Amino acid sequence: MNDLFHDHDDDDHVHPHGRALSDPELRVKALEQVLTEKGLIDPAAVDALIETYETKVGPHNGARVVAKAWVDREYKQRLLANGSAAIAELGYSGIQGEDMVVVENTATVHNVLVCTLCSCYPWPTLGLPPVWYKSAPYRARVISEPRAVLREFGVKIEDDVEVRVWDSTAELRYMVLPERPPGTEGMSEAELAAIVTRDSMIGVARLAPPKP
Amino acid sequence: MNGIHDLGGMHGFGPINPEQDEPVFHHAWEKRVLGMFAPTFAAGLYCVDEFRHAIERMGAAHYLQSSYYEHWLHALETLALEKGVLTREELRTGHATPGVPKAQPALAATDVPKIVAHGASARVALDVKPKFKEGDMVVVKNMHPAGHTRLPRYVRDKLGCIDRDHGVFVFPDTAAHGKGEKPQHCYSVYFSAQELWGPKASRNDSVYVDLWDDYLVAA
Repeated sequence: MNDLFHDHDDDDHVHPHGRALSDPELRVKALEQVLTEKGLIDPAAVDALIETYETKVGPHNGARVVAKAWVDREYKQRLLANGSAAIAELGYSGIQGEDMVVVENTATVHNVLVCTLCSCYPWPTLGLPPVWYKSAPYRARVISEPRAVLREFGVKIEDDVEVRVWDSTAELRYMVLPERPPGTEGMSEAELAAIVTRDSMIGVARLAPPKP
Repeated sequence: MNGIHDLGGMHGFGPINPEQDEPVFHHAWEKRVLGMFAPTFAAGLYCVDEFRHAIERMGAAHYLQSSYYEHWLHALETLALEKGVLTREELRTGHATPGVPKAQPALAATDVPKIVAHGASARVALDVKPKFKEGDMVVVKNMHPAGHTRLPRYVRDKLGCIDRDHGVFVFPDTAAHGKGEKPQHCYSVYFSAQELWGPKASRNDSVYVDLWDDYLVAA
């Protein structure tokens, strides 16, 4: 374990409400307090960042990109040719999505994303990654047995479809453009965005036709 | 380094078990850790490669038993201590040593929308000559550096093909150790699943890995 940081005297750290704080809670509190007292961070900036990723940035952003690509052929071409620029057209850019690549699922190719070395993920379009994406089982397995992993997610890939696994080992961030499901022909761009899921943009889900 | 973080292709971790309707955060302290990343990065405490390497240097058992935000917390503490930004005594007491000069935060709350939208691209605007072009066959070097690298073990010594040239990027293996950006081309490299995982892998499947010039030689 991490001996450097486990020398707290627990009696010194009792929460005002009487509940003992967990080890990470204590460490985070101490770290933020010291950095704040030294003028290195502004807690209001920390608050603003939390609010941004809790309320503003999330997979609803990516869903708008996907829906636009489904209805606008020229936008789709721009998106596949230069992901960062086309995504920025809708106002999404920045931290952990500075350099974006969009890969398209088709009848013959199924793309799925992973970061085997850490947990790289396209924040501006998908938000912060879910725990399973960051965890050892997914990172270890999807790269070598993607079809078995996809079956666990309920996705059966036909034998003649090529599965492409993208390991984001560098500073490029990937996003999957899922196939537009049948039965969505008359839907508006906003209605289409509402059926696009986070998992379909990671590549661990296929989108089903809307229920009648 | 050949660390526990380099998980690709390992066995024994069990099923994925995704959580239904997962919240963005599971504990309040995780939010503070997430929120401290950009301000400390802006303050020049570390570059992203140093941050990743600080996580990679965790003990293997600790790495596997702790959560993502605990990894981040470990990296923030480790780098702050190593860079002399704070002392172990200050971390223990939760207070700055009285009388130390106070800095001005590099990231103000009002600048958060701007920095979120802009980020910090690792792309380098330098005209560096690429060693390879789309369609070139390459072999990944069989190298095992003890320091930071973004070259996963599972592609070493394997035959691939340059799928696309992403342009010029900072080289993590040097940047993580204060040895400069060494800007060079980074490519998406195609590998057949059978080249990486043997004849039991599907003949149709493939893996694309982003690799820098210094990791590759012509086939």
